[in-house]
Amino acid sequence: MAKKLLGRRPLLFILTALVLLFFYLRDSLVTTSVMSTSVTFGLPLAMAAMVGIMCERTGIVNIGIEGTLLVSSFVGFFTASLTGNLLLGLFAAVAMGAVAGLLLALLSITWKMDQIIAGTIINILATGLTSFFYKQGHTIPTTFPEFSLPGLSSIPFFGPVLFVHGPLTFFGIFVIIALWYALYFTPWGLRSRSVGEHPSSADTAGVSVLKMRYLNVTIAGAIGGLTGAYLTLELVGSWDRGFSAGKGFTALALMIFGRWNPLGALGAGIFFGVAQAITNQLMFSQVITIPQQLTNMLPYVLTILILAISAGKVRAPAAEGQPYEKESA
Amino acid sequence: MSSLLEMENITKTYPGVVANENISLTVEKGEVVALLGENGAGKSTLVKAVFGLVHPDTGSIRIKGTEISFGDTAGAIAQGVGMVHQHFQLVPIMSVTENIILGDEPRRGWRLDMKKAREEVLALSKKYGLVVDPDAIVEDLPVGTQQRIEILKALRKDVDLLILDEPTAVLTPQEIDELLTVIRNLAKSGVGILFITHKLREVMAVADRVVVLRDGKVAGATTPRETNEAGLAHLMVGREVVLRVEKGEAQRQDVVLSIKNLHTLDDRKLTAVQGFNLDVHAGEILGVAGVEGNGQRELVEAICGMRQRVTGEVLVSGIQTPDMQPRKVHLMGVSHIPEDREKHGLVASYSIEDNLVLNQFDQAPFAKGWIRNRSALESNAKTLVKEFDIRTPSIKTTAGALSGGNKQKVVVARELSQDTKVVVAAQPTRGR
Repeated sequence: MAKKLLGRRPLLFILTALVLLFFYLRDSLVTTSVMSTSVTFGLPLAMAAMVGIMCERTGIVNIGIEGTLLVSSFVGFFTASLTGNLLLGLFAAVAMGAVAGLLLALLSITWKMDQIIAGTIINILATGLTSFFYKQGHTIPTTFPEFSLPGLSSIPFFGPVLFVHGPLTFFGIFVIIALWYALYFTPWGLRSRSVGEHPSSADTAGVSVLKMRYLNVTIAGAIGGLTGAYLTLELVGSWDRGFSAGKGFTALALMIFGRWNPLGALGAGIFFGVAQAITNQLMFSQVITIPQQLTNMLPYVLTILILAISAGKVRAPAAEGQPYEKESA
Repeated sequence: MSSLLEMENITKTYPGVVANENISLTVEKGEVVALLGENGAGKSTLVKAVFGLVHPDTGSIRIKGTEISFGDTAGAIAQGVGMVHQHFQLVPIMSVTENIILGDEPRRGWRLDMKKAREEVLALSKKYGLVVDPDAIVEDLPVGTQQRIEILKALRKDVDLLILDEPTAVLTPQEIDELLTVIRNLAKSGVGILFITHKLREVMAVADRVVVLRDGKVAGATTPRETNEAGLAHLMVGREVVLRVEKGEAQRQDVVLSIKNLHTLDDRKLTAVQGFNLDVHAGEILGVAGVEGNGQRELVEAICGMRQRVTGEVLVSGIQTPDMQPRKVHLMGVSHIPEDREKHGLVASYSIEDNLVLNQFDQAPFAKGWIRNRSALESNAKTLVKEFDIRTPSIKTTAGALSGGNKQKVVVARELSQDTKVVVAAQPTRGR
């Protein structure tokens, strides 16, 4: 269990803990706030990575995460804005995400379209539709409010970092851990992974490859919708064109860095979040002055670096990207 | 009382090919029925129909008197049908236990009960005398063990009818004998067995009845008592067959291949070939025997320049061959019929025509400078298809669309039709 939790990078983990301790002893207030921010930066990325993990574990490549985030956050925001009800916005976003997932499933599973093209279609469709229907000047009355988990939040450092957040943050963390558990410790997980690795094995064992793929890609879409809602209704509180800002692609890098393991991707997401939060803090406190554009590049540069480092060392689900033809078994 | 399995007038056509034509077949409880036929005779298609993997065009299938709907694997499993597939249906990166329980997992609430699963696998393994390590990862295991896992998987759900699709194709003779014993014991316990093979010895050894398929039709039905291997072979191919190769004494000439003190590692970086020496003369056939996984693959790959030689040398007609340069080794006169034709022998998405010149496409007459010579390619393909009896709709058909035996004919045709000094053939008769 401990090995699974820490992954195969215990050194990295210990090193991070030591660095944190050093800064915490020097300036506890700033360190705590930076780490708390890094959760809000990293978690949406990790959640978006779950979309990729769920799809790819069953053999469907989803590069439409970006579009899913964009369109579901759009629908979530405007539903909340027009009805004045945040919960309705949340449900609308989740439903929209599921629809995007279903579309990917239809294109890539039923129609056996090239999965990269199917994902691209979702991205383009999302950009086009949201830009077309976007109207300026809409607002939502409030965002999902932050609250403190009683008891836990009074632990020094960890309390404010982990246990003082909005409800969707907690829910997001729950989803990631639940997905990890389900993937490795339930029949559903075993079947999902077998479908992504060697679909004819699953088929000959009486597991419907088609149904598993449809189910998982659609649920993955719903998680994408949840992420979209989280971004707009809890973290930002507004919506603008190109709102998802490449998070869907960064998520794919996290997925790979985390070896298609939800906890691995969560770790990678936190790593990204910390990097972003530290940069912001350094800029804010004027320790460094670099143009905004350069810091905006950071996630992409990190993505490229990480992919370059992990290339060749990780193993993707074997049946990824291949439509399943029953009779060629 | 109705039979265990009744197949009636099953017909299945693929574009351009009739795989099964009006086939009827029955299997009774406790009976071993061998389904015999050449590659491409339609055996696999027929049994896949029973297991819901192939959807027949017409006909009906009844199990214990109940008509089954086509294309419903889960339904077939529920009716007590188990199948051991020709191509292993195992997830390589998963454990033995995970593979065996897949599709019908022991649960504790909504969770997997791996402890119970493991115990179940051990009990199953003990019951049938098929030894497996429940925690081993499938891809690390030799094929013989993988085959055992396949059989255990099929037997797990108290099967009434067990279908074995060429289960002996990748086994050594000892492993085959073990398997045949398992089959007989199962039949004794009341399981009906449908056993696909093209090996006559196995049919004679284990079958109660034999049904022979030829070109998608039933060519005849008999029992081992009424016939012999020659009679079965006749039914199978439709003409007299010579079962023994008459060959004279080898006329040994000069040494053409010489291996000196060869050392290589396997994929896990463990020593696979250790100080190997061998001389092969022109005009002789030299067999390398042994249980699979004892360095044969690594030896072949090292000879052909596909695997790093740690030390030692390989000489062709006295000239040293370069290490890790398969193309140069080939140009020095070494032909290679690889063990895994799908991976190293063919490009599945290329046409037969192109596959037949894979290692000489850039040489005359197949190319003039930068330009490929289409007419030379075509005439080469037509000649070889005829000469090696490659059964294909056309020379433009992709190699991946051919049956296993015909794929192998493409590889063999390519390798043997060239000027060559040494032919290295790895498991050339293996069915896959």
